[in-house]
Amino acid sequence: MGAVKLSRRDFFGAAGVGAAGVVALGAGGVASSRAAAPADQGTTTVSDAVEFHGAHQAGITTPAQDRLHFVAFDVITDDRAALVRMLQQWTQAARRMTRGQDAGPVGAVAGGDYAPPDDTGEAMGLPPAGLTLTIGFGPTLFTAADGTDRFGIADRRPAALVGLPAFPGDELDPATSDGDLCIQACANDPQVAVHAVRNLARIGQGLVGVRWSQLGFGRTSSTTSDQATPRNLFGFKDGTDNLKAEQTATLDRFVWVDDPGSWMDGGSYLVSRRIRMLVEVWDRQGLRDQEQTIGRTKGSGAPLGQRAEFDPVDLSALPATSHVSLAHPTNAGTAILRRGYSFVDGSDGLGRLDAGLFFLCYQSDPATGFVQVQRNLRTDKLNEYVQHTSSALFACPPGLAGEDDWWGSGLFG
Amino acid sequence: MRTRRTPLVAAGAAALTLLAACGGGSGSGADAAGDASDEIAVTASDSTCEVGTSELAAGTHQFTVTNTGSSVTEFYVYAEGDRIMGEVENIAPGVARSLLVELPAGEYQTACKPGMTGDGIRNALTVTGESEQLSDDEQLQAAVADYTRYVGSQVTALQEQTQAFVAAVEAGDVAGAQALYPVARTYWERIEPVAESFGDLDPRVDARENDVAEGETWTGFHVLERDLWVTGDLSQSGPVADQLVADIDELATRVQDLQLQPLDLANGALALLDEIASGKVTGEEERYSHTDLWDFQANLDGSQAAVQSLRPAIAEADPDLAAALDSAFAATQAELAQYASGDGFVLYTALTPEQVRGLSDSLNALAAQVSQVPAVVAG
Repeated sequence: MGAVKLSRRDFFGAAGVGAAGVVALGAGGVASSRAAAPADQGTTTVSDAVEFHGAHQAGITTPAQDRLHFVAFDVITDDRAALVRMLQQWTQAARRMTRGQDAGPVGAVAGGDYAPPDDTGEAMGLPPAGLTLTIGFGPTLFTAADGTDRFGIADRRPAALVGLPAFPGDELDPATSDGDLCIQACANDPQVAVHAVRNLARIGQGLVGVRWSQLGFGRTSSTTSDQATPRNLFGFKDGTDNLKAEQTATLDRFVWVDDPGSWMDGGSYLVSRRIRMLVEVWDRQGLRDQEQTIGRTKGSGAPLGQRAEFDPVDLSALPATSHVSLAHPTNAGTAILRRGYSFVDGSDGLGRLDAGLFFLCYQSDPATGFVQVQRNLRTDKLNEYVQHTSSALFACPPGLAGEDDWWGSGLFG
Repeated sequence: MRTRRTPLVAAGAAALTLLAACGGGSGSGADAAGDASDEIAVTASDSTCEVGTSELAAGTHQFTVTNTGSSVTEFYVYAEGDRIMGEVENIAPGVARSLLVELPAGEYQTACKPGMTGDGIRNALTVTGESEQLSDDEQLQAAVADYTRYVGSQVTALQEQTQAFVAAVEAGDVAGAQALYPVARTYWERIEPVAESFGDLDPRVDARENDVAEGETWTGFHVLERDLWVTGDLSQSGPVADQLVADIDELATRVQDLQLQPLDLANGALALLDEIASGKVTGEEERYSHTDLWDFQANLDGSQAAVQSLRPAIAEADPDLAAALDSAFAATQAELAQYASGDGFVLYTALTPEQVRGLSDSLNALAAQVSQVPAVVAG
């Protein structure tokens, strides 16, 4: 690390935060042909900054980045003022980090010799890498399990923010489920995402504790039309028919909360599910069986009976219990914005990878979103090969208006 | 600050050497010995702490503490924020011990700690008279002198308690030695960063089995811990026990030349909390006896002693931090106090994961505050 003398702040201060400056300085290996900038985004690359402010939080319809660090926190203080102060500090740090700056105003190496630095330093020299930080509030932030109104906001808990129902086949671990707060950190460089989460956890020391966290790689969904559809660990293209950022009317209907006057107006509900894939079992299945299970061809991703990936799904050509058939909006009667990532968390002690899909989806109401879709998957052939091991629901407030706005201003303000 | 110490003629080694000459008590201040204007009787039972007076004139006073209870007790005089002005450790039942404390005008608290744990039984003590302003440097020098005196009193108690523990080991008294083990270690754990500064001494006294490289001999407390809790066979323990006493005696000798800097106190306070985070809250330190919460308490005591020595300097530079430190230490102490049992604590293995998590959360909150202290001390 000795070679890196510039703080990130200095680095971008010198180069200018503009895209051109970042690109010219070379983001080493970050850019790849796979991520070549599409025509209508000619000025952005995977190393650029994503705007932190806006009507909606970034990290939902933002083109899905390649890496994820998701973290759920328990709030361990009873002090509402201290929690609000922390959320304000988090917002400042998030604003800075998404711009490629150090988490704190002093920086990783510019402070005094005897004070812990206000940035942990591992992102020095790295570009913003498309970092988005998306915050969500869990049901338990409003009302504790014993009914306590922890921070005087119990009456502000939206009706939609209640624990998800149990689904058949769930093998949920309570220790890695739920949480009072969540941060979804997405970036095109894993170190940038980890750095962001780590610094928020550091700032929150003594007020929040990490309840669980999940790393993800290889986005499994495309959230804009110009992103190629990625493959999940079953080897299939995943998210061909996902909602896309360009479909604004559909997003307004299925993703964004429309509740004028409410602190959630313009927000969205986030469901996370850690879905273990029994990949060794899957890998023993014949190709035809795999395709019949999913409902698409493995090569092109075309729906069975069709030729190309984006050809319309002909439900009559798919097995009725195939995943695509059951999850399809026509059968599910609803739509959700998926934003999941693959994971491999080592091995399970039985000689198998602990691998799968960290499924994330956004919707305007979980009851008519994920819950409805998942209920329809009860007979999904894919269930033989998956197991849901963690579950959480968070209310993600709308985006921030400007430099003085902060995460939770609508809820706590 | 209401409480001010008069400047000391010399910090560090001088104060400590003098302390050694005081015998049982722990005098405060280099020029304090034999200068007591009166004697205050303290009667400490298992549930009461009767102090002869609640008002004193500024100056040096002698407290004589008589333990009428059935537990080993300690006696402290605290200034604001639990800054220790004087203490006497390790007062066995039926024993009386004295200490000299130099007290400038201000509000104080006395505390008896039967069983040596928790906040103790407190009484208010008001000292009236002259109060001097110290310069910043004098303030830090006084902090070093305070803390050096604290280290001296801990080492004295460590010697006594280690001898008692080793005597039980050598007598083949497994139950007796098991009871004395966490008590002796308390005095070690309170000042562990100081012991660690003497390089080779710490591994000889406190190495765990997996700390020892191949070809090296494993010695110290944890060998005896294994003998007591795993094998129950003390027939081969004699040489290790003798070596432990010799090593602690060596520590006592070397501590007399201890020259601390104010920053050592700040860093040591944080290091003690890091010790808890890395070894005690995980249950790794006392893997056979599971007496980790005794060590937790001792590390916490030692950290607080170091921070509170610096408290006047912290309060002047950053009053908010001083207040935050007070409440964070109190919160962690309260969290730990839930698991007090008899003269000690429940075993680590009796804690649920949620209880461990509560201790860890509280500790992290405290450490976040203590990590701000070195920069304040360095100015």
